Amino acid sequence: MLEVTGLSGGYYNHPVLDSVSFTVNKGELFGVLGPNGSGKTTLLSMLSGVLAYEAGTIKIKGKSLKEYSAKQLAQVIAVLPQHSSLAFSYTVKETVSLGRYAHQKGLFHSWSDEDEAVVQKVMEQTGVADFSDYQFEQLSGGERQRVLLAQALAQEPEILFLDEPTNHLDLSYQKGLLDLMKKMAAEYELTVIAIFHDLNLAGLYCDRLMLLEKGQVRVNDIPNEVLKQERIQQVYRTEIEKHPHPAIPRPQMFIVPNQHVSEKEACMINEQFLTVSDEMVQLHAPIPLRTMSSGVTGSGTGWHQTFVNRHVSHTYSCENHVEEMTDYLRSYGFEPSETVGMMTAVFLEAVSYRFLQGENFSIFVVVTAGVGNAVDASLADQHSDAPRPGTINTWVFINGHVAEEAFIHSIVTATEAKVKALHELGVKDPVTNTWATGTSTDSILIAATQRGERLQYAGTITPLGKLISRGVYDCTVEAIERNERVKRT
Amino acid sequence: MLKQSIRTSLTNNKPLAYIIAVSFLLFSMMVGISIGSVSVPFLTLFQILGKEVFHLPIAAQPDTMFTNIVMNIRLPRVLLAGLVGASLAIAGAAFQGLLRNPLADPYTLGVSSGASVGAVATIFLGISIPVLGNFTLPILSVVFSIITIFCVLFFAKKMDRSMKVETIILTGIIFSSFLSAFISLMIALTGEELRQIIGWLMGSVSMRGWSYIVIILPFFVIGSLTLMMNTQELNAMTFGENRAKHLGVNVQRRKLTILIAGSVLTGAAVAVSGTIGFVGLVIPHIIRQIWGPDHKHLLPLSLLIGSGFLILADLVARMVISPSELPIGVITSLIGAPAFALILLKRRRQGER
Repeated sequence: MLEVTGLSGGYYNHPVLDSVSFTVNKGELFGVLGPNGSGKTTLLSMLSGVLAYEAGTIKIKGKSLKEYSAKQLAQVIAVLPQHSSLAFSYTVKETVSLGRYAHQKGLFHSWSDEDEAVVQKVMEQTGVADFSDYQFEQLSGGERQRVLLAQALAQEPEILFLDEPTNHLDLSYQKGLLDLMKKMAAEYELTVIAIFHDLNLAGLYCDRLMLLEKGQVRVNDIPNEVLKQERIQQVYRTEIEKHPHPAIPRPQMFIVPNQHVSEKEACMINEQFLTVSDEMVQLHAPIPLRTMSSGVTGSGTGWHQTFVNRHVSHTYSCENHVEEMTDYLRSYGFEPSETVGMMTAVFLEAVSYRFLQGENFSIFVVVTAGVGNAVDASLADQHSDAPRPGTINTWVFINGHVAEEAFIHSIVTATEAKVKALHELGVKDPVTNTWATGTSTDSILIAATQRGERLQYAGTITPLGKLISRGVYDCTVEAIERNERVKRT
Repeated sequence: MLKQSIRTSLTNNKPLAYIIAVSFLLFSMMVGISIGSVSVPFLTLFQILGKEVFHLPIAAQPDTMFTNIVMNIRLPRVLLAGLVGASLAIAGAAFQGLLRNPLADPYTLGVSSGASVGAVATIFLGISIPVLGNFTLPILSVVFSIITIFCVLFFAKKMDRSMKVETIILTGIIFSSFLSAFISLMIALTGEELRQIIGWLMGSVSMRGWSYIVIILPFFVIGSLTLMMNTQELNAMTFGENRAKHLGVNVQRRKLTILIAGSVLTGAAVAVSGTIGFVGLVIPHIIRQIWGPDHKHLLPLSLLIGSGFLILADLVARMVISPSELPIGVITSLIGAPAFALILLKRRRQGER
């Protein structure tokens, strides 16, 4: 549909683009990214025929851009401008009707039935039909943008250029506009080429992205490939973190604000923050910690400052235990959204905790363990679904900067240490009478301060892994033994 | 909101707009021809017009004095005033759209100054080209106005190859000041022709006769038709030149066409009547307020209303201190300037809301 080869040029003697080449296929949603001054808008000006280029070729539907007359070009290409100022106040209908200019014939541009039909159709599509008699000036920014989109669509283009289409738009308009673009691309094979400042929107909607840097194509590929953390950090010279979208398989980038000095100071989580009562084991950290956990509240990944392991009776049973837990936390003055909450039927005086110092980092492990409900994972299908009390809850606090993968390593390592501890104590699955590997309701929490030493891995023989193995093993053994003792008394 | 609905209903009722505009023009013409130092009764007037202009078989024999007054003095005068008013108003509407500035008018680009230099130089130097005779002044002034617009465009292009409207406006203002200095110089140096020059500069349509109508008519027809063929382009260009290009307008060519057509209209109007201010500024403005900015209707309506307005202004000019006459430019400025100030004030208030 659009084929650009070796495109160079700029304003006067100031070259902006340097040998840019790419192709865009019919029906594709193609995003152009790049920092300010990388040549995005210049490229769009050249593609839409407003700015002359010095070298290279632009081919549209196999024909050179230079062979198109202004009207012919407007029948193929439409542009949605970033903003539009108006000297005079036209009505919405008049504004949209101008989009038909390229299709009108004769010296006095007579208005045909087809023109009217197209204008009505695009006003419906963009949702501006209801205010067709309003003045353009009376509309809000989002409505104006939709009117200009209607004007562009009235050209019945095959290619639509968007220049930062979501600027000045609120969230629902951004989504509405881009959803419409996606629909038009899919249903009418409209080719959409859009400049984006927002990497995340680009990543969400585009089929392909092209990243420009200093007038050159840095990369042109699918979003997941283009939006690589290191690459974006380099090109935009700013610190960002990449993370997958929670609902759909698309990449998202997050900027990381510069932190105040005090926010970088090392922070040590140890027993001084831990309080144990009959009702709960509670740890309140001085700063929010990065967490990965399987608690009742605050599960998954997140940032949490308070950690609660609550004692419940053996007979605790609740339809909606998450809600019950949330209410419980709130009644004790905890903010549920900032708290990882777990439950156990174990007596909390049997809790075992340990602080272990490594080189440049340290960990603090807290375990409560009961094994009345022990299960051999390899023979789990012989168990009924009804969970029985008896739980091993493991907390590992890491005083260091832990990478995403190290969180997962940590879970694996901690689990392996737990299994070994059960094995060492000869804990058996009462149903199958084989060696137990855990209980049916075990929970785990890995929490890191994200300050100080960067810890990339936590496999069993890495420095962090070794510390976790030792800490979890020792604490689990101790917690089980203590629990047995408490139960007997 | 009530105002909005009134505005909307007026905007949407285009046939009514034309009926009003045409009626206004016809009324102005009738009044303009009928009233004067010698009043011509309407019935006699219709008889004369029917007989002399449309060659209808009318039995009644109107007074020859009335016939003479109508056919040789009043009718050409009214027609000339009408043509000048129409030219200035349509050119003003087009320039405002093209330059995206409601304060632009035919004089912004220096065209009228150019025409004035031509005319004043003719009087000052006593030029009389034998073949042209009495037409020396108007013809030279049209020539000067066209030379001026080309000079302005040439320098604008030198400054900025893409010829942005801002550049054109600036160049026009510079040229205007430069040429005004020339006019002042000639006025300062002149002796007995002073009254004649000043009288011409203030504008008048009196004692011109049919020959001046012949001069302005071709320019008027060509200029107006050309502008009418560019109404959609003007609409598109009010969104900005890049936007117009995206919509498929050949911006460079259309811009040049509109500039030249508007300049020819202005030049011709100035040539036959001197400088008459505010018509090109106020009339399109009022039309836009009432019937909306769509150039497809703005241009023809400006033409009709502008024409009627100048006929009435001329009537006032010759009646106020009758039997003596005021320059018509004085009347248009006296009416136009306050009207314009009011419009600006209203716009400002709307902006503050």
